[in-house]
Amino acid sequence: MIIEHPLLGPRDAAEFTYLGDARLIDRPDWQSETAAHDFFEYGYLRDNPAGWHQELWFHEAGDRSWLVITRNTVTHEISKVELARDVARSRGRSK
Amino acid sequence: MTQKNRIATGGQIDRSTTHSFTFDGKSYQGHPGDTLASALLANGVRLMGRSFKYHRPRGPLTAGSEEPNALVELRDGARQEPNTRATTTELYDGLFAKSQNRLGSLKFDLLSINDRLSNFLTAGFYYKTFMWPAAFWEKLYEPIIRHAAGLGSLSLKDDPDVYDKGFLHCDLLIIGGGPAGLAAALTAGRAGCDVILADEDFRMGGRLNSETFSLGDDSGADWAAGIIAELETLPNVRVMSRTTVIGAFDHGIYGAVERVSDHVHTPDAGKPRQILWRIYTKRTVLAAGATERPIAFENNDRPGIMLASALRTYANRFSVTADKRVAIFTNNDDGHRTAADLHAKGIKIAAVVDVRPDAPKTYDYEVLEGQVVDTRGRLGLSFVELKLANGSTRMLECGALGVSGGWNPNVNLTCHQRGRPVWNEAIAAFVPGEHLPAGMTVAGAAAGDMSTAGALRSGAQAAKLAIDLTGDIPDLPQAEDAPVNVKPFWYVEGCSRAWLDQQNDVTVKDVKLSHQEGFRSVEHLKRYTTLGMATDQGKTSNMGGLAIMAELAGKTIPEVGTTIFRPPYTPTAIGVFGGRHRGQDFHPKRLTPSHLWAEEQGAVFVEVGNWLRAQWFPRAGETTWRESVDREVLATRGSVGVCDVTTLGKVDVQGTDAAEFLNKIYCNGFAKLDVGKTRYGLMLREDGIAKDDGTAARLAEDHFVVTTTTANALPVYRHMEFVRQCLFPDMDVQLISTTEAWAQYAVAGPNSRKVLEKIVDQDISNEAFPFMACANITVCGGLRARLFRISFSGELAYEIAVPTAYGDALIRKIMEAGAEYDITPYGTEALGVMRIEKGHAAGNELNGTTTAQNLGMGRMVSKKKDSIGSILSEREGLNRDDDLRQIGIKPVDPAASVPAGAHLMSLTGPVDAAHDQGYVTSACYSPNLGHSIALGFLKNGSERMGERMRLVSPLTKVETEVEIVSAHFIDPEGGRLRA
Repeated sequence: MIIEHPLLGPRDAAEFTYLGDARLIDRPDWQSETAAHDFFEYGYLRDNPAGWHQELWFHEAGDRSWLVITRNTVTHEISKVELARDVARSRGRSK
Repeated sequence: MTQKNRIATGGQIDRSTTHSFTFDGKSYQGHPGDTLASALLANGVRLMGRSFKYHRPRGPLTAGSEEPNALVELRDGARQEPNTRATTTELYDGLFAKSQNRLGSLKFDLLSINDRLSNFLTAGFYYKTFMWPAAFWEKLYEPIIRHAAGLGSLSLKDDPDVYDKGFLHCDLLIIGGGPAGLAAALTAGRAGCDVILADEDFRMGGRLNSETFSLGDDSGADWAAGIIAELETLPNVRVMSRTTVIGAFDHGIYGAVERVSDHVHTPDAGKPRQILWRIYTKRTVLAAGATERPIAFENNDRPGIMLASALRTYANRFSVTADKRVAIFTNNDDGHRTAADLHAKGIKIAAVVDVRPDAPKTYDYEVLEGQVVDTRGRLGLSFVELKLANGSTRMLECGALGVSGGWNPNVNLTCHQRGRPVWNEAIAAFVPGEHLPAGMTVAGAAAGDMSTAGALRSGAQAAKLAIDLTGDIPDLPQAEDAPVNVKPFWYVEGCSRAWLDQQNDVTVKDVKLSHQEGFRSVEHLKRYTTLGMATDQGKTSNMGGLAIMAELAGKTIPEVGTTIFRPPYTPTAIGVFGGRHRGQDFHPKRLTPSHLWAEEQGAVFVEVGNWLRAQWFPRAGETTWRESVDREVLATRGSVGVCDVTTLGKVDVQGTDAAEFLNKIYCNGFAKLDVGKTRYGLMLREDGIAKDDGTAARLAEDHFVVTTTTANALPVYRHMEFVRQCLFPDMDVQLISTTEAWAQYAVAGPNSRKVLEKIVDQDISNEAFPFMACANITVCGGLRARLFRISFSGELAYEIAVPTAYGDALIRKIMEAGAEYDITPYGTEALGVMRIEKGHAAGNELNGTTTAQNLGMGRMVSKKKDSIGSILSEREGLNRDDDLRQIGIKPVDPAASVPAGAHLMSLTGPVDAAHDQGYVTSACYSPNLGHSIALGFLKNGSERMGERMRLVSPLTKVETEVEIVSAHFIDPEGGRLRA
């Protein structure tokens, strides 16, 4: 596969390591009433779609960016590549 | 003349040069341009192998890479290569080959008895015949079957040749150098595109080399040679012959194997045998051509029976006829071409047998309407038995029979991204479907465009489309444009021992049997009968099997569908996938800055990650590793020792939020750590299980140095970047791995301070530099360095770091300074013994199943702050009172050893999994205590000090009575650390 890195252009997938569902960005609030339940879902429950999937890849043999890649799990087509940091900010994460 | 079947003139062989070669010990001659198969046929050798299961005599069926039968062991010694297709093996002087899968000689194979036993060896015979008794399977049945069935043998020697990997980029990849591929390459090449043209053959041109058609005023072969010559002058075109594109992968990436040295006796100095290319292309034109398919009839596998197109290739390209008297069996017009071409070369055509009533009759040989119903000839064809349309039967004498059942487009690569081919009624074959790999266009016979003119046209058009050419395509020569005229005909009524898959010995009878037994899906048929599962992947057999299956099920062929084509397109040597990554070069080797020094000390090294670390330093007179390790431990605890700890992961953490960041990644708190102090940190996974441990040293308000274990240096850094970028994107914190930037040494033992005082420029007295202190310092009068007063051994100890370039100099300086105290270098074994004596957890204890609670560090998990893993570490199931706790273990009999991995059971209860109470994680001999000790986990262990238990290792049949003790065997109060 070829990944269009937002900063570095097209890079071979061999330079990256895969983590999984980009929902891992949405780490729950530790002080919430339902924290135990929320963390359980966060840690263990994932969708496993046959189709479009947002997922986290790490450019380990490159610039060490975490990326959010929108990939079709059936065809391996990649429609979007974003810096995970930008995605995290857009989802309201800060400090 | 020894080449008795060589036709007097013509062909693309160089008759001015003669190559000698050996097959099964006998010497023959051929010419440059020959394949091993064509040269053997020229010498009158039709018998080239024995079949897989029944050991039936076999000759080549084809003249190309789809060959199922003519597999040989090529070359000898370490270069011997089994299952090499004689039909693609380029002849060279001195070539050495042997037939395979035989017991005795090829002509008198003792295992041909299997042919007589064929009733017991039908589809599924493995499952049916060798069921009972079960114990016989491994000892008796399987070895016998393994011996009898199979293909070539391995030399079992190291391959002396080199295989390479390479990367290529282009605008347009053209797969196949036949008429379609050449027209595409000409179009794109002249337009200035970056083009790669790859063809598996050693001679470009595809079928143009095998036919007698003219293209304009030239023969097909001459036209092809002219185009190749032009393409080779274009700087933007790379022409790659002997290069098979084996797979179509994601995003326009193709795998290709170039056989650089397979056509020479020994690879030239510095040249690899083969290269695995990874080709990145924007667009692809697949012009892979088509493969003729046979018709199944009784005993259709005798040497001399070939595809009609193969007979034509041997005659036109190699100037060879398989026999002087040839018959043809066909269901389409193309079969007649073979008869016409051979006839023109003066070869006797015994008859052309066509299943169609309206077969063309152009020449003065017999054309009969009918079918071939059986054949004769022990080691090669001598007669065919015909059943004619008028009901009569007839024996026809011939030494070769050309069979043509129509042509299958080579759609394989169109299916590698899960595309499915579709049925085309007009040519009675599958053609590429709609869903092609991204960027691919199919042209020529591969797309079902079977005439030469059609191939030229569609090749040029495909290239024009692929590169968005606005101008005209090049002028293409006049060429034959005959329509496909075929009547689907798969097998002769009533036949049973009629071979579909000749390599795996699958017959019509097997397919019928599998249908009878309820295997309805084409994927099941394949696995039950092994149809199409041989090294040729069913290129000549799958269609026949499908057609028969469809008929039996009362379905159409498209309803039955095909099996999935997967890479590689043709068999590929494992060596080329490995490339240069073998032996020592399998993975990178990392050496610490003082590796040379350690070698000088005679160190024995061990691989940790990719690092080579000194394991122990044997001295003269020491005969076992234990002697060395015991000495190193005693010397360190008695005076001073030094150990290279460079390989531990180091991460530099800087920024105004650095402390807050460490609070997130460690379960214990770091915000209040004073500058100039170091703290042990335990890192959890989000699920509450311990991930890694290490230390964090605060060198400044906004600057920490974090250490990780050697093995986890990479994953921990990755995790820290995840937390920084994905979870807390606005924290002001920067990370960089500095593992390779600093050489680091542990100096441990009561005299360690005295040694370091001679090197460090600053005051490091206990008052100025107490336990857990850290600082930027200088050594040897000004060299920048870092000093940490931390201890893994439990002794007064320091870790000192200098920039990598000075590592070697520093270790030599430390040894010099320590000489008066008998400073002793110690390796990872002594390091391990001392940390077990001290009760420090390491990788064996942080094993991916243990929590902070288990490790006895439950109270470290701060509940006042958010950290990774803190919430899920509070789960009820991870916090039971009777949960495992880290404990120490010592044997009641001081002479007994404690096996690692053994389990703890009560003294009197049963010994089984249900009564398991804990287990040993780390064990060693303690030279300080004079007996074995161990660390382990025991249910409710912290409350059970002094209890006697049985330590049981059923695997090694060891049972030892032990006492549960504190994990801190040495200096439990920690006085030495603070001395």
